[in-house]
Amino acid sequence: MIKVEHISKSFGGIRAVDDCSLEVVRGSVTGLIGPNGAGKSTLFNIIAGLFPPSAGRVLLDGEDVTGWPAHRLFHRGLARTFQIAQEFSRMTVIENLLAVPPKQSGESLFRAWFAWRKVIEEERGLRVRAREVLEQLRLTHLEREYAGNLSGGQKKLLELGRTMMIQPKVVLLDELGAGVNRTLLGELAGEIERLNRDHGYTFFVIEHDMDLIARLCDPVIVMAEGRVLTQGTMAEIRRNEAVIEAYLGTRRQKTAAQARR
Amino acid sequence: MDIFSAGFLNYLIALGTMSGIYAVLCLGLNLQWGFAGLFNAGIAAFFAIGAYAAAILTTPESPNHLGGFGLPVVAAWPVAMLLSGALAWAIGRICLKVQGDYLAMATIGIAEVIRLVIKNEEWLTAGTRGISNIARPFEALPTPWNALAFLGLVAALVAGIYWAAERAWASPWGRALRAIRDSDVAAAAIGKDVTQFRLEAFVLGAMVMALAGALSAHYFKFLGTTATEPMMVTFLVWVMLIVGGSGNNRGAILGAALIWVIWSATELLTNRLPGEWITRTSYIRVLLIGLLLQIVLQRFGKGLLPERPPRMIDDRPKSG
Repeated sequence: MIKVEHISKSFGGIRAVDDCSLEVVRGSVTGLIGPNGAGKSTLFNIIAGLFPPSAGRVLLDGEDVTGWPAHRLFHRGLARTFQIAQEFSRMTVIENLLAVPPKQSGESLFRAWFAWRKVIEEERGLRVRAREVLEQLRLTHLEREYAGNLSGGQKKLLELGRTMMIQPKVVLLDELGAGVNRTLLGELAGEIERLNRDHGYTFFVIEHDMDLIARLCDPVIVMAEGRVLTQGTMAEIRRNEAVIEAYLGTRRQKTAAQARR
Repeated sequence: MDIFSAGFLNYLIALGTMSGIYAVLCLGLNLQWGFAGLFNAGIAAFFAIGAYAAAILTTPESPNHLGGFGLPVVAAWPVAMLLSGALAWAIGRICLKVQGDYLAMATIGIAEVIRLVIKNEEWLTAGTRGISNIARPFEALPTPWNALAFLGLVAALVAGIYWAAERAWASPWGRALRAIRDSDVAAAAIGKDVTQFRLEAFVLGAMVMALAGALSAHYFKFLGTTATEPMMVTFLVWVMLIVGGSGNNRGAILGAALIWVIWSATELLTNRLPGEWITRTSYIRVLLIGLLLQIVLQRFGKGLLPERPPRMIDDRPKSG
């Protein structure tokens, strides 16, 4: 579904991602782990079109999408959440969801002024879907609250909700678990499993919560120092000497600290 | 003072007309700042383009400036708006891909360029001599009906723009813009073409500002370089929108009327100052308005009428 070929990205003198290649298989929930500064978020942002790579290619569903802007990628079925929640703070919770669906005729000013009936009709349909999503995320009671007033965990939920407003081919989840309480996280994991199983969503997940990774992800890809270190099931990863060294090791610690800076 | 005197009535009509013209400017700025978070620091440029385009296109031939087109007002105003929109489009194409600061700098710069062009290109604008003999609609009517009819025209335009802006606010177009304003990366991640939406809001706002410029030229029947003064246009309009409440179309209109009335009242005040102070009135008035802005913001942080999310389109209240 996503294929990354020899991607590199430098910021100033720092190589955040260094000749990295990996594949996210269709229908999988693929995990991406690694110590801080490994280049996970940079790689995510390149795939999501936030900035282009210095070198290499990104393929989405077989199509070369290297350097495409984020909004075009979305229309090809790539949705994402952010590491630090990017809610639309001065919009209500339900508006955050209603904004998502593409090709709304009311997004043309001309039709908003001269074809209002059609806009209203569409809006009714969107609202039914938005309320379903709110129900699933247990956010119904907050429908008309400003998104900026939600807790950190609720904002994360809302971001997942935005991806559920459409039928994406692949969803990038950037530390979904951060700030979400354990009970809710368990339910979220259940939701991700359901979307993956029943609706065929592919997920690509950055996560620091290893229990969540172990529950959801197969395979798991480990990054360190801008490269893919290894790949396998969580059980395999846990036994892998190189991984343990990357997380805890002394030899690499210095360079990892440099990469972070 | 006899409140039924003709003088007082004229004063009220003048207050209303100017409030209306400023309300048009504020509604235009609200499209850019309130909807889209675009910081336009050169409102005067778009206002002046509208004013000069309308004046040049409608005045009889004159040796002092370009002219002699003799267009009727209804034809000249759309041309004035289109010219201003075209300038906004050109600026926006270059500056809107990046956030905030660049647009502010570019608009300040362009406003200064336009001001100098108007002052120095005398073949076009008559420079500091200004353009006179600008026709005002309805001026053939007897007093005070001529002034009242023009006030009615301004009021009708304010109402029309208000309607269009409210519809835009309630529509998915306005929603997409607010999303972009709150987080442009997240808006891009849900498929919104950030640059395109911003460009639409910026151009539309600039066209509305040009209409205000045209109205003002025809109202005063004379147009000089004061039309490009950042103090009277850019600064005052920003104060109006912030006091009234950015992101709220009613707030924009309220702010325009309120600040204009207060601005006019400070003139009565400063006229009573002793002789040696009279020459200092211009900046004393600005200082007073600045103080007022601070006081209002201390008390009403989001303006007198704060932004509210639009009522959801055709949504029946849920029972229970």
